[in-house]
Amino acid sequence: MSVDTSPRTTGPSGLGDGPSLKQPSLPRRTGTFTAVAAVLLALGFRALGFGWVPAVFLAWLVVVIVVPLWSTSVEGSRKAIDRLVTILVTSAFALAMVPLAQIMYTVVSNGASVMGIDFFTFSMRNVIGEGGGIYHAIWGTLLITLATTVMSVPIGVFTAIYLVEYGANNRLSGWIRFLVDVMTGIPSIVAGLFAYALFVVFFGPGVRMGFAGAVALAVLMIPVVVRSVEEMLKLVPNELREASYALGVPKWRTIVKVVLPTALAGIVTGVTLAIARVIGETAPLLITVGVSDSVNFNIFDGRMATLPVFAFNSIQSPGFPPGPSIDRAWGAALVLMIIVMLLNLVARLVSYVFSPKGER
Amino acid sequence: MAKSIDVSDLDIYYGDFLAVEGVTIPIRARSVTAFIGPSGCGKSTFLRSLNRMHEVIPGARVEGKVLIDGQDLYGADIDPVAVRRQIGMVFQRPNPFPTMSIYDNVLAGSKLNSKRMKKADADVIVERSLRASNLWVEVKDRLGKPGSSLSGGQQQRLCIARAVAVEPQVLLMDEPCSALDPISTSAIEDLIHELKEQYTIVIVTHNMQQAARVSEETAFFNLAGVGKPGRLVEVGQTTKIFSNPDEEATEAYIQGRFG
Ligand SMILES: Nc1ncnc2c1ncn2[C@@H]1O[C@H](COP(=O)(O)OP(=O)(O)O)[C@@H](O)[C@H]1O
Ligand SMILES: [Mg+2]
Repeated sequence: MSVDTSPRTTGPSGLGDGPSLKQPSLPRRTGTFTAVAAVLLALGFRALGFGWVPAVFLAWLVVVIVVPLWSTSVEGSRKAIDRLVTILVTSAFALAMVPLAQIMYTVVSNGASVMGIDFFTFSMRNVIGEGGGIYHAIWGTLLITLATTVMSVPIGVFTAIYLVEYGANNRLSGWIRFLVDVMTGIPSIVAGLFAYALFVVFFGPGVRMGFAGAVALAVLMIPVVVRSVEEMLKLVPNELREASYALGVPKWRTIVKVVLPTALAGIVTGVTLAIARVIGETAPLLITVGVSDSVNFNIFDGRMATLPVFAFNSIQSPGFPPGPSIDRAWGAALVLMIIVMLLNLVARLVSYVFSPKGER
Repeated sequence: MAKSIDVSDLDIYYGDFLAVEGVTIPIRARSVTAFIGPSGCGKSTFLRSLNRMHEVIPGARVEGKVLIDGQDLYGADIDPVAVRRQIGMVFQRPNPFPTMSIYDNVLAGSKLNSKRMKKADADVIVERSLRASNLWVEVKDRLGKPGSSLSGGQQQRLCIARAVAVEPQVLLMDEPCSALDPISTSAIEDLIHELKEQYTIVIVTHNMQQAARVSEETAFFNLAGVGKPGRLVEVGQTTKIFSNPDEEATEAYIQGRFG
């Protein structure tokens, strides 16, 4: 093959003297303009008397049809398809954000009114009507979730270690994986009934205690921890394990000192997501822990308040007048959301600190 | 410190798949032995069976005898972990521990085994190992940086430093230069020359010149045929193998007529 170094123009097909590499294209900021135009169009349709939903839909329809057509006439079909798909993907994203934004807005706007020092420092003991707070429910949620985490994380992590490091692909690990998948699908009410039935065996009917709730939540949390930690451990390259073995390091030390630290950032994230999954559970706690107006720090004795159950109960039996109670329910929901958000922030911080050096 | 290895009639399996068959080879102490041969003929497999890394793979096993200074490597009472402490290994792809600094990577052998060491002793070992692997000058001012911040060639030399830091008696190297530039390669070859004063070295390489440059003995592996297991064709003094091999196949391979 001879090498031709003389300058030449190459077409888009790369076959010598075709058209030049330059191509007409839409203005550089077409994407931004499209978004702005879509918003203006929607406002326009709204002004014409359409409802919000039809207005937005019509604006979207116009953009989806006009932009690709315009692009086809200027840039050709490949770029037109690119633009069409970009619009579709972006609008799917926007659509997905709608309920999220709506929920955030509703919870914040309804819950903000009760926020105040009292709301965080008072329980509901002897409160009728206005006033009172969720001090007792915050503690209940934190203590029960902590107990759940303390139970679930070791069991989940050890199970995942067995599956990845020891089970290879043997039959037992196949069964464990299957059962964990089944457990992932257990409805939370079933977990609650299970924990209640279990504690009735030991403490008699009518038993209520925070620990029973923690057991119910652990049933829900363990499979999530197992699956996410398993994925994280699988991501650790085998070469690192072999490097460690080749230095004369036994397997268990290799797992403790090489595999787990390498996967730590992911494990922390997985555990946080698992906590977020169970911290808002209501039904199992209603059955096992019950409802309470007062502070109870002992998870092994008696009823405890928790944020989700508190919110449920405040809506369910608000008393009279119902207003203050319903406000408190929103307040509890907002606090729950803030706790989950803080958890995520902490997890990000932890995984940043522990992420393998050099990959930051 | 160095030890000799005597392999007799070794068959190596992955599950039911016989990968390497009937290898008999003496490996002298304090010398460099090179393994050459086409891809897939079982050089890596055989190398890994010399420090019991082969059995790390599920289902993998060997049949036959490997004697290290007269001790049966696969004897019932032999602890593979102890074996690997004495027979170090450098892999084809550099694999420093990403969670550790350069300093800790060099000391990984003792750190991972939770051996306590005075800071002064540790410093001495780190400097000696990094000097041995020709890396000291390049990294001495950034020992606290992560091992993965180095270039590929530097990472490989870091892995060699890590392997020599535990003072093994034998060093196995599986194509240590295949991913490296010529300058790093020659640094590693210099290193091999220095190390063979103290260690028994076995190196797998695809580079004929490299085998000729660094080794005293050369072993040529080949597949017995398509779908058949790999086997040792011949082993002898490097000068002889490269100038006047006994087997026709060896000559053909070295002259680049196949493989
Ligand atoms: N982990 C493994 N599992 C099963 N077969 C393997 C594995 N590793 C290598 N083999 C097989 O063993 C044979 C020898 O491979 P290898 O030792 O890597 O050859 P070389 O290093 O000489 O290129 C090949 O047929 C390869 O497919
Ligand atoms: Mg190989």
